Amino acid sequence: MSETAPQPKTAAANPPVQPIGSNLLPSDVVRISATKDVPQPDRQLTKVAKLIDVSKCIGCKACQSACIEWNDTRPEVEENVGVYENPHDLTPNMFTLMRFTEWVNPETDNLEWLIRKDGCMHCEDPGCLKACPAPGAIVQYSNGIVDFIHENCIGCGYCVTGCPFDIPRISKVDHKSYKCTLCSDRVAVGQGPACAKACPTQAIVFGTKEDMIAHAEERIEDLKSRGYANAGIYDPAGVGGTHVIYVLHHADKPSIYDGLPDEPRISPVVEGWKGVTKTAGLAVMGVAAVGAAIHGIFARANKVAEHEEHEAEKLVQSGDGNGGTV
Amino acid sequence: MTNSWTDIKNTDLVVVMGGNAAEAHPCGFKWVTEAKAHRGAKLIVVDPRYTRTASVSDFYAPIRPGSDIVFLMGVIRWCIENDKVQWDYVRNYTNASFLVKDEFGWADGLFTGYDEEKRDYDKSSWDYKMGEDGFVQTDPTLQDPRCVWNLLRAHVDAYTPEFVERICGTPKDKFLTICGMIGECSTPTKTMTSMYALGWTQHSKGAQNIRGMAMLQLILGNIGVRGGGMNALRGHSNIQGLTDIGLMSNLIPGYLNIPTEKEADWTTYMSTRAFKPIVPNQTSYWQNYLKFMVSFMKAMWGDAAQPENDWAYHYLPKLDVPAYDGMRMFELMNHGKVNLYFCQGFNPLLSFPNRGKMTQAFSKLKMLVIMDPLATETSHFWQNHGIHNDVDTAAIQTEVLELPTTCFAEDEGALVNSGRWIQWHWAGATPPGEAKHDTWIMAQIFQRVKKLYQDEGGVFPDPILNLTWDYADPLEPMPDELAREMNGRALSTVYDLKDTTKVVAEAGQQLSNFGQYRDDGSTMGGCWIYAGSWTEDGNMMARRDNTDPGDTGAFLNWSFAWPANRRILYNRASCDPQGKPWDPSRKIIEWTGEKWEGYDVPDIPVTAKPGEVHPFIMNPEGVSRLFSRGMMRDGPFPTHMEPFEAPIANPFNARMRGNPVARVFESDANQFAAIGDPEFPCVATSYRLTEHFHYWTKHNPVNAVLQPEFFVEISEELAAERGIERGGRVRVWSKRGEVWAKALVTKRIRPMQIDGKTVHVIGIPLHWGFMGAAKKGFGPNSLSSQVGDANVETPEFKAFMVNIEPSAEEPVA
Repeated sequence: MSETAPQPKTAAANPPVQPIGSNLLPSDVVRISATKDVPQPDRQLTKVAKLIDVSKCIGCKACQSACIEWNDTRPEVEENVGVYENPHDLTPNMFTLMRFTEWVNPETDNLEWLIRKDGCMHCEDPGCLKACPAPGAIVQYSNGIVDFIHENCIGCGYCVTGCPFDIPRISKVDHKSYKCTLCSDRVAVGQGPACAKACPTQAIVFGTKEDMIAHAEERIEDLKSRGYANAGIYDPAGVGGTHVIYVLHHADKPSIYDGLPDEPRISPVVEGWKGVTKTAGLAVMGVAAVGAAIHGIFARANKVAEHEEHEAEKLVQSGDGNGGTV
Repeated sequence: MTNSWTDIKNTDLVVVMGGNAAEAHPCGFKWVTEAKAHRGAKLIVVDPRYTRTASVSDFYAPIRPGSDIVFLMGVIRWCIENDKVQWDYVRNYTNASFLVKDEFGWADGLFTGYDEEKRDYDKSSWDYKMGEDGFVQTDPTLQDPRCVWNLLRAHVDAYTPEFVERICGTPKDKFLTICGMIGECSTPTKTMTSMYALGWTQHSKGAQNIRGMAMLQLILGNIGVRGGGMNALRGHSNIQGLTDIGLMSNLIPGYLNIPTEKEADWTTYMSTRAFKPIVPNQTSYWQNYLKFMVSFMKAMWGDAAQPENDWAYHYLPKLDVPAYDGMRMFELMNHGKVNLYFCQGFNPLLSFPNRGKMTQAFSKLKMLVIMDPLATETSHFWQNHGIHNDVDTAAIQTEVLELPTTCFAEDEGALVNSGRWIQWHWAGATPPGEAKHDTWIMAQIFQRVKKLYQDEGGVFPDPILNLTWDYADPLEPMPDELAREMNGRALSTVYDLKDTTKVVAEAGQQLSNFGQYRDDGSTMGGCWIYAGSWTEDGNMMARRDNTDPGDTGAFLNWSFAWPANRRILYNRASCDPQGKPWDPSRKIIEWTGEKWEGYDVPDIPVTAKPGEVHPFIMNPEGVSRLFSRGMMRDGPFPTHMEPFEAPIANPFNARMRGNPVARVFESDANQFAAIGDPEFPCVATSYRLTEHFHYWTKHNPVNAVLQPEFFVEISEELAAERGIERGGRVRVWSKRGEVWAKALVTKRIRPMQIDGKTVHVIGIPLHWGFMGAAKKGFGPNSLSSQVGDANVETPEFKAFMVNIEPSAEEPVA
């Protein structure tokens, strides 16, 4: 077993100053789209989660800003259409979005401004991956992160159909599908996602899923003491739980938060149809594509720093999938 | 701030009124979430709009813009009536027991001494009864009808919950809920913090809004304690530094005053600055004014400032008016009385009221110099941008010079935060293109001006030729050189004041604190309150030790806080009269029997015995003021004044317009809508959004994406009434101008019932102009009125009257 990067801490921690090897290796992939018999890893990474505490969120959009900066995307400067959501929806260049809902609580008749950060939920049972016909276009690591490997994406849009949360967006420029990566490139070197790092009120925190659940329980206790009797965690079982979880003041009605699904499930159509497609896809593209998929994970630009890229390249060149030691 | 950002975690109740901390100060707001998460603190928001801060609050109540004094006096009335008063604090640490002159009074919305002609008060009756011993007369039993406490009771009597509902539009039940939550903080073991910003300052009675809350905090015993205080959230990262350094026409660094023309000589100037205590044994720290002033003059003119020439007092300009504030300068400019104007880090075409007047004024200049990292609207005021800057370029003869400067991330230096922490920072990037540091530009100009005086003489060259300029490179003073100068150093050997054989500092050494400042010319210091920031031990502002003994939030070894590295002002008041903390679990300092010590730098001479020296050492009374004597132009108590443009007349006096002593220029007076003018029925208020910082970040594509286009916020009811659709285009106009915007129709603004009539509020955010990456738009200053606070001339941006209608889409060019 190779030495790996430290386990993720909450995003408040300062990043390491020494070069660190990637903690996400080809051998940590547990599922690959349109691929059967993925060799199971010889180690299990600790499950991670990003916790979004809606009750602490002030809707400042620092997360959106950090997401744009880190991923170096350039969303369009749109018009104002009379709402606070800007851009107006998730786009291939905007992986996360604050959604604002003005909700009058029927019990108190008080207005509540519900602000929810929307983006990929990183399902334990990812509908996008199940739906995807392109071998290696979507992978899941043993820590729970679901990542798109754009080199292998054919832009068919099945992932959009497969997603119970309506997250992926297909680029009209390069015809690839885009969504939040949970900053897999940052997590790979022991850091939290950029959005969590930027959040001024620590409404977004990141760590092991176990720690995040424990933190959420504390928050729920506080909310209950303030009169939110139905405060709770959103970690929907219908998709096997998620690696992005919410604390909601009104966990009994998730859909008031701009349509967060009350009981998300992968469409039965997708569940039923995927087997055939997957086989067909494999037949067309050949088994070699699996290797390409794995390669794709590491050939992707890693914006951490030059030395990270260099290390990654060395890893790929060594081809043993067992590097990562600095 | 009396306290600091980090101290907010210690509070039990946060009241955000006159501000929108989550929106405009999101990073500092983390300390509110800390207090909520770890102390179970509650958050109250009182605002015309249900804001982002309100979205995470425990209780929200609406209020009509410009009626805050009614609300605050109403809370004070409720606290007095319901005995929610920290009596030991009020009796011992405020002037509640002081007797006031018999002639003082209030009637019909006005205090005694009003002169309508002069728009000013004769304030002679607004003072204490003085005894023959030269000390103030008091009644510690609070029985005397002329004591401050009883006058206050009488003053707030009109502000009943019903009156609050009628004038503020705040439902009575919501108001009373808030009173109850605030009242809980009158016990010594519960504290409330006030977080406010430009929602209180940008009114013609802004200073009185703040006074109102300060008085409430004193009555609750919340000043000087952890988790308490009056916490002004400053609107720019270094605006605290700007005021400290006195970048105003009437100030000298460290809150000293530029003389007026009535103070033609040094003796006259100093005669009103003796600050003798008016209660026995009190510190009255401003008695040291002479030391600070002489050290400043020595910093400015070195050997040219000598006792024989009254420290070169004749070099200082003498004001012929109270101040040459921004609005006065633009008024003069508009009259063609200004030829050359420097805009350094300043975009007044968008940041000063009545934009039409600003454009006219700039058009009358001979030359305008812009020092800025960005291409600002002001630097392009002459350029036609269609409806967004509809000017006749050919008719404008002003020459405009742009000198590109570096931005904060390209500079080394210090920024002072709201909590008075002077934090050193280092350059993070290399300046682009021809950008130069502001100090470089100023030095280059100064050296050239100086040479002109050297070569050609002039009427009075001495202050220029003799200005101290002993920087290693006279063409580029370094940040460390300037910082050392502001801290102050010994010019000759400095001796201890009591033991005159003991050397405090040798010539050339940096001073350790302002206690070492002298009035004999042996010390120099550019800004006395910064003394201690760069000592013989080095740059205290660069310290980054985040240890915090006792987990108090003081962080004494992180940067430097003025004064004297003190983190909570008036912290002596955190203890009872015997010197024991009111709340032992929130100790800051305590009296050990011999001296004061604890987690913060005591705000009292360390050996001053409890009971002898009172906590408010800057005041000649030694205590705080519920009655502010003649310190403010518009009254010793806050009294309700309507904005200059208002939907209703002042309920106390229908003839009263706005603040009766606020300065109004004739040309501006003609541009006010009449009270209750049916053409302008809606109350407008301006504000910032989290996505942007003023007019800067619209130049950044990322921020432009997050909030791309100018909009106004209106209620669903107003939208329905006027036929306005969400996202539709509207025209908003005032007596002074018009703007076009997108309509954001929201439940977060509701119509209000004010004095029997329905009043709509229109929210106008301020981030757009005609330069930068975002879509072209307008600012609220195209509409707002040009009148300022009666004491400090902060423009009344938060309450003015407008109208709104749907507008056809902009024609495609």
